[in-house]
Amino acid sequence: MKLNLRVWRQKNAGTEGAMATYEVDGISPDMSFLEMLDTLNEDLILRGEDPVAFDHDCREGICGACSLVIDGDAHGPERTTTCQLHMRSFRDGDTIDVEPWRASAFPVVKDLVVDRSAFDRIIQAGGYVSAPTGSAPEAHATPVPKADADSAFEHAECIGCGACVAACPNGSAMLFTSAKINHLNVLPQGAPERETRVLDMVAQMDAEGFGGCTLTGECATACPKGIPLPSIAAMNKEWLRARRKVR
Amino acid sequence: MALASSKDTATSKGSASARDTAPARPPSRTPTRGFWSSTIGKKTVMAASGLIMLAYLVAHVAGNLKVFFGPEEFNGYAHWLRVMGAPILHHEWGLWLARIVLLAAVGAHAVSAYQLSRRDLKARPTRYAHRRKGSSYATRTMRWGGIILALFIVWHVLDLTTGTVHPGGFEEGRPYQNVIDTFSTWYGNTIYIVAMLAVGLHVRHGFWSAAQTLGVGNARRERLLRRTADVLALALTAGFIAVPVGVMTGVVN
Amino acid sequence: MSYLDFRTGEPIADAKAPAGPIAERWDTRRFEAKLVNPANRRKHRIIVVGTGLAGGSAGATLAEQGYHVVQFCFQDSPRRAHSIAAQGGINAAKNYRNDGDSIHRLFYDTVKGGDFRARESNVHRLAQISVEIIDQCVAQGVPFAREYGGLLDTRSFGGVQVSRTFYARGQTGQQLLLGAYQALSRQIAAGNVEMHARTEMLDLIVVDGRARGIVARDLITGEITTHYADAVVLASGGYGNVFYLSTNAMNSNATAVWRAHRRGAYFANPCFTQIHPTCIPRTGDHQSKLTLMSESLRNDGRIWVPKAKGDTRPAAEIPEDERDYYLERIYPSFGNLVPRDIASRAAKNVCDEGRGVGPGGQGVYLDFADAIARMGRAAVEARYGNLFDMYERITAENPYEVPMRIYPAVHYTMGGLWVDYDLQTTVPGLFAIGEANFSDHGANRLGASALMQGLADGYFVLPATINDYLARHPAAEPVTDEHPAVREVLAETEDRLNLLLSVDGDRTPDSFHRELGEVMWEFCGMARTEEGLRTALRRIPEIREEFWRRIKVPGTGEEFNQSLEKANRIVDYLELAELMCLDALNRAESCGGHFREESQTPDGEAARRDDAYAYAAAWEFTPEAPVLHKEELTFEYVHPTQRSYA
Repeated sequence: MKLNLRVWRQKNAGTEGAMATYEVDGISPDMSFLEMLDTLNEDLILRGEDPVAFDHDCREGICGACSLVIDGDAHGPERTTTCQLHMRSFRDGDTIDVEPWRASAFPVVKDLVVDRSAFDRIIQAGGYVSAPTGSAPEAHATPVPKADADSAFEHAECIGCGACVAACPNGSAMLFTSAKINHLNVLPQGAPERETRVLDMVAQMDAEGFGGCTLTGECATACPKGIPLPSIAAMNKEWLRARRKVR
Repeated sequence: MALASSKDTATSKGSASARDTAPARPPSRTPTRGFWSSTIGKKTVMAASGLIMLAYLVAHVAGNLKVFFGPEEFNGYAHWLRVMGAPILHHEWGLWLARIVLLAAVGAHAVSAYQLSRRDLKARPTRYAHRRKGSSYATRTMRWGGIILALFIVWHVLDLTTGTVHPGGFEEGRPYQNVIDTFSTWYGNTIYIVAMLAVGLHVRHGFWSAAQTLGVGNARRERLLRRTADVLALALTAGFIAVPVGVMTGVVN
Repeated sequence: MSYLDFRTGEPIADAKAPAGPIAERWDTRRFEAKLVNPANRRKHRIIVVGTGLAGGSAGATLAEQGYHVVQFCFQDSPRRAHSIAAQGGINAAKNYRNDGDSIHRLFYDTVKGGDFRARESNVHRLAQISVEIIDQCVAQGVPFAREYGGLLDTRSFGGVQVSRTFYARGQTGQQLLLGAYQALSRQIAAGNVEMHARTEMLDLIVVDGRARGIVARDLITGEITTHYADAVVLASGGYGNVFYLSTNAMNSNATAVWRAHRRGAYFANPCFTQIHPTCIPRTGDHQSKLTLMSESLRNDGRIWVPKAKGDTRPAAEIPEDERDYYLERIYPSFGNLVPRDIASRAAKNVCDEGRGVGPGGQGVYLDFADAIARMGRAAVEARYGNLFDMYERITAENPYEVPMRIYPAVHYTMGGLWVDYDLQTTVPGLFAIGEANFSDHGANRLGASALMQGLADGYFVLPATINDYLARHPAAEPVTDEHPAVREVLAETEDRLNLLLSVDGDRTPDSFHRELGEVMWEFCGMARTEEGLRTALRRIPEIREEFWRRIKVPGTGEEFNQSLEKANRIVDYLELAELMCLDALNRAESCGGHFREESQTPDGEAARRDDAYAYAAAWEFTPEAPVLHKEELTFEYVHPTQRSYA
């Protein structure tokens, strides 16, 4: 396959960036999208040019590092992570636009790499259960109804990639934040901190400069792990409940 | 190669570069649990005020449809609005009470919408070079629809409440005739019908959206809420548009 | 002088493991270990490198105890460490099933599974702690699979006869890691952990014989920074990426452990690598990494290759009597469920015979046709649906219709820095936990035991033992950048990076990494021979020499430069690879993941030689050639037997 790539190039956070055009040839349909970029980078290095920087690590769809907007879609046309997107999803001769996540809370570090530390700070604000090591009761002391455990798991699957923010026209992090709140708040272990957790995490989310939710649903469509849109409503409910209980 | 030397030399406190304790990108402001400062708080205000306005619209369309029962009944209904709540309420107090509540709702809705929109635009200042079709449809219709509706309400009040821009002779207490006057002009019909279509779209997304914001929505109720939103939107739009259509077709004269 | 000129030095012994009945040793050690007064703990700084299961849990726990923790990860967030990719589960001797499990059975299974090359004391402690790990993780809100009664579900895993593996669908590693990450996040918010993301350790600072800090590079600005502490903990994972293609994450690397080794920490059993039998085969030279498919697939899938060499017909057109279900044929009683090392080697053998399938003949079929006929498609889907989907996404083949193709891949490294019972390396004040150390798995790791060991080390073992070291070294002299030892390390680091940038040759970092990987896979992979290892020991220095002549690293050191990061990691792979081959050459026996063709039984099985090799090989770095220190392994509770699966 031969492809035209239009890639966002930006030297660092302090400089302006622009789209640059590259031609890549000899692409196999079995390559992952990132392996296609590897091929481009090998060429660029040998030509003495700066290779395209992009975040990636596990390349099996679980670490959440990879983060490309491909033809306007976070993680590209398939519902998966960029590392699990294969070139067979494209056609020979295609022009493909590759851009970084766009949100003011996710400033560009270089090329396609963005700073997602805002997500870490949202978790730090309350996305945990305070259970110091050694203090835990016997695991079977508190049974958890299977439905609750399954619901917690469904939300705990979030990989923190930020595709929800990238896809949202408002740069909102509501889906990410709601996933963690719904994971922990549904479990008995998370109950004692239920109110402070949602209030503090939402406060941090707002402070980071993420936008609000207008329920366009773009986040849930882009989410490679299928965190559902109603998670946001569930978080709103938790927040309103916490507002009533905590003064 | 740049070399950052350690400034603190104490063994128990040695530290290095400037990026050490400071997060890579500090939050843009201090987190607060305040209701109004929260996006969810503002959205709650928007949802609640929207629902108040929605309830008003339902009453409004019911009243409007009285036009099909002739001038006596329609004008009588209009008169009742002024004596609503009598004798415990003074003349027009009920009406003013409703107007105040409504005005507050409009204000709260507009202010929260404005602030949230500004926040949203700021959160996503850079557009993707690759433009997709059909994205953020709902958000844009809500924003532009909201602005269209705000302008319409101004015209509507000046036209049929104060009579300032009314075509022909506006007569206080003769709403039936006033309605016919307005809908006898091409622009009156056009403005009104366009605005009512906007109402439909706005209510359709707004009602469902409010349910999500207030935390009523969940996967189980999704269909019910969507259906209710559709029915409300359709009923309101059809009900409102029935009046100008009635005037145009001569059913109302 | 070449590595072949290594010499054998003084034997080494684990001085910290207490004597006495094995079940009481951990209690004894904890009691004998000195404590640090809680009020004094905040005066101690502890550096933790890595935020995976071991590092994340250690950082959180040490901070909870009151220490000031300075933690590093090269990823953009501590949540992305590669522990997150573990699929199967975590073992614990809870005996919730009442199926005869016990701490002693988990201990026994682990020592035996490790082919008698692990320390009994360490393994027993691991089994004891396993039960506390589950309690801890449940308290953190880890959403383990549960049954309808609300209690935890377990499954059996890795060929053991009890059901002791706790799991969270196919994402157990992710859920456990997020639990540790959240605990760590809580301590970051409390100001007890100073977190440095996107910062990579490049060297260890040893002052007056003790580990006192690290040299790191801020990956965004390129700044070289020094960080000082009273103790340094390496939780930087394994070194499987020496092979270029592995199931490790792309950026997982050996720099932290290798640099520590160069500064005095012994490296133990570097040749012990685990090759996992069920990975998706590579599709071409562009392949950048391999993806694991859970071992559980072997419960219902049948493995086969065509009987004839070079048979290129599609699987469906090969009649039943022309298929060779070789595992069932060779190992009639265990069939497709033989242990990982045996299944891997058998696959290599049939492919070497020219009977492999798929591109390049590097694959064997894992066929579910019988299972689908027996249980129905729905039942297969319920059990393996997510794995089948993942397979289809990667290969574009539907495993419900055509057999899966699988091939072994490097997965885990049992070797690592030598540590004593306290998890302290031979450099005082330097500790190694998780996959970075060598201690618990011997020559082969059982399925679902990596997560257990990482969390045992981080939550429970290290936080107890590091106290003893700190209590015995309460007031360390301050160290500054002006200290000659620090200056030397800094200068070396800068020189190395500058040299990488200045060679300006004509080959990319990846091209060298791929070349090294091919040599390692060929000669130090699933089956090793003296001749092959000698070839590798000749080739590696040649590649290294060529590397320093022809490497091309674009850009500068003062910026975000992924090529520089990569090249610098390859520098260490090129040295570590040589030690791995030397260790493999020295160990002229077959055990666990290490198979020497010269040492096999007449029917082709691994022949362990307890008379000569019942030791852990701890290698000391010297500028000339390594020095081998043997730690004799004694087995008081589990008596060595030869494994047999026929």
